[in-house]
Amino acid sequence: MKVVVCVKQIPDPNTTGQLDPQTHLLKRDGVEVVMDPGDEFGVEAGLKLVEAQGGEVTVVSMGPERGLDAVRKALAMGAAKGILISDDALRGSDALTTARVLAEAIKREGFDLVITATESTDGYTGVVPQAIAELLDVPAVTFAKSVECDGSTLKVQRQTEAGHDVVEASLPAVVSVTAGVNEPRYPSLKGIMGAKSKPLDRLSPSDLGLDGQGGASAGQSITAVQPAPERAAGEIVKDEGDAAKRVADFLASKKVI
Amino acid sequence: MDFELNDEQRHIRSTVRDFAQAEIAPTAAAYDESGEFPYEWVRGMARLGLFALPFPESVGGAGGDFLSYVLAMEEISRADASAGITLEAAVSLGISPLVHFGSKEQQERWLPALLSGERLWSFGLTEPEAGSDAGGTQTRARRDGGEWVINGRKVFITNAGTDISAGVTITAVTGSSNGTREISAIAVERGTPGYTQAPKYRKLGWHASDTRELIFDDVRVPVGNLVGEQGAGYRQFLQILEGGRVAIAALSVGVAQACLDAALAYSAQRRQFGKPIATFQAIQFKLSDMATQIELARMMTWRAACAIDAGRDAAPYASMAKLHASEVATACASQAVQIHGGYGFMEESPVARYYRDVKVNEIGEGTSEVQRILIARHILRPYEVLED
Repeated sequence: MKVVVCVKQIPDPNTTGQLDPQTHLLKRDGVEVVMDPGDEFGVEAGLKLVEAQGGEVTVVSMGPERGLDAVRKALAMGAAKGILISDDALRGSDALTTARVLAEAIKREGFDLVITATESTDGYTGVVPQAIAELLDVPAVTFAKSVECDGSTLKVQRQTEAGHDVVEASLPAVVSVTAGVNEPRYPSLKGIMGAKSKPLDRLSPSDLGLDGQGGASAGQSITAVQPAPERAAGEIVKDEGDAAKRVADFLASKKVI
Repeated sequence: MDFELNDEQRHIRSTVRDFAQAEIAPTAAAYDESGEFPYEWVRGMARLGLFALPFPESVGGAGGDFLSYVLAMEEISRADASAGITLEAAVSLGISPLVHFGSKEQQERWLPALLSGERLWSFGLTEPEAGSDAGGTQTRARRDGGEWVINGRKVFITNAGTDISAGVTITAVTGSSNGTREISAIAVERGTPGYTQAPKYRKLGWHASDTRELIFDDVRVPVGNLVGEQGAGYRQFLQILEGGRVAIAALSVGVAQACLDAALAYSAQRRQFGKPIATFQAIQFKLSDMATQIELARMMTWRAACAIDAGRDAAPYASMAKLHASEVATACASQAVQIHGGYGFMEESPVARYYRDVKVNEIGEGTSEVQRILIARHILRPYEVLED
């Protein structure tokens, strides 16, 4: 079974991100970068499946050279092969361009199952997984909180507000997994040292027949950026005999209970 | 001159840091209080491959360099010093002698379970009457046919009495030539008749580390358990302690960094006179001095590790790094408690634990005084004023 997992290198979410005032893009230079923590669940899910079913995991990432760290981490965790698509022209790509590039790379590699996170922890567009599935013309099963696969059929528990739906799809397919779908392993130190001898393809958009794609051609542009509104002060419930009911009503209105 | 870590070393450092902060730090206070041995930490460190890290692939190791091991040691110890010493004693003192001096049979017999972290091996050098003066070893091993018969006591032995302890390499007097006692290293499996382990010590710090006295009463082991050459015990353990001292330096840097981490966070949050205390110069200067001394100690430790990796004589670097890093760590723990004020004196605060844990670094694997003697011998050698 051939599993392709998409990973992204992002500025460390434990630090405060900065936007470039001119381009409105997230500053990625000169900041600590890590593999998107959400992607670790995807890598783990892929490794678990191939450990049970046989086959191997390939990781694919689009991003600057530093994206290699995320790919290397996945290789250290146990993925067999890495693909990094890198080009200055891809800077500032929108979600659709990103999906085109990833989909072409995945198609070129061949796949039974593509695993992604539900969204990136920096951009949060949350549409790349579905776009990849559309471009590959395969089913998209999203928000999986558990993933089972017998090699031909995918069976997931799809997270919903109230609980989960059980969704099945035949392979090939794309599945996006939620944080908490599993407990991502730590790379073993031997795995880290072995990662650099694993195959790594470094591609440009033209290798994928995608010349002219990129930030400049993006179908979406950011015209303005505003700081998120300050959080409003909370409401203090004073007990006048009915506090418990009012708190319960409030929580019910927010669908928490 | 290149002070940058390579990709692999950076990656090892960040992986061990993530592991230690997520899996060790949260339970460090509880293990310190109960004094139980942290088997779950050992299993986690084993899964990462920490026990095999600095050993060559030819003996089943991971083939990592010594600097990577030092980076890992700092991060583990930054989460908890008991975890650090458990790993250090297993790797630098337990496995190392078998890798460097063990016969092929010994390596095949014991190394697989030790490198995988399933079992722990100890190193028995110190005795009630032989500490800094290791030449004063009283434990004796007498040849009797195909066996060594061992009698004596070893004290302060780390990892000696856990459920997964497999044995110990001890030093013993095996004879004498020209009036000098001949010291050799002999491996003794736990459970050999006559081998007794005393109850765990009550210690000032390192509560979760297993430290015991071992008593050998007519313990018989095959002659094949001699580790290295007969009579080479003294030279061998000097070499083992060289790497051990660099690891203890890294352990010290880790605890010192933990002290600074806690002091920074606390001083930014604790308000007095209407402001965070970190805005007061009196506190800032303490923090700056801690950070500067830690950076210096870290660089000395890396320097010593690089000398080991380059195959150079690392002994003076090892002594200097161990001496400086351990004394810096003690000073940082003291200042961290001071910055925390009354809260720092309470066991609820992590710096109270760091303060108790840190002192032993100036004692174990060669006291600060012994390090100064070794450094003096090295720097005075060209002047030929000291007797050997």
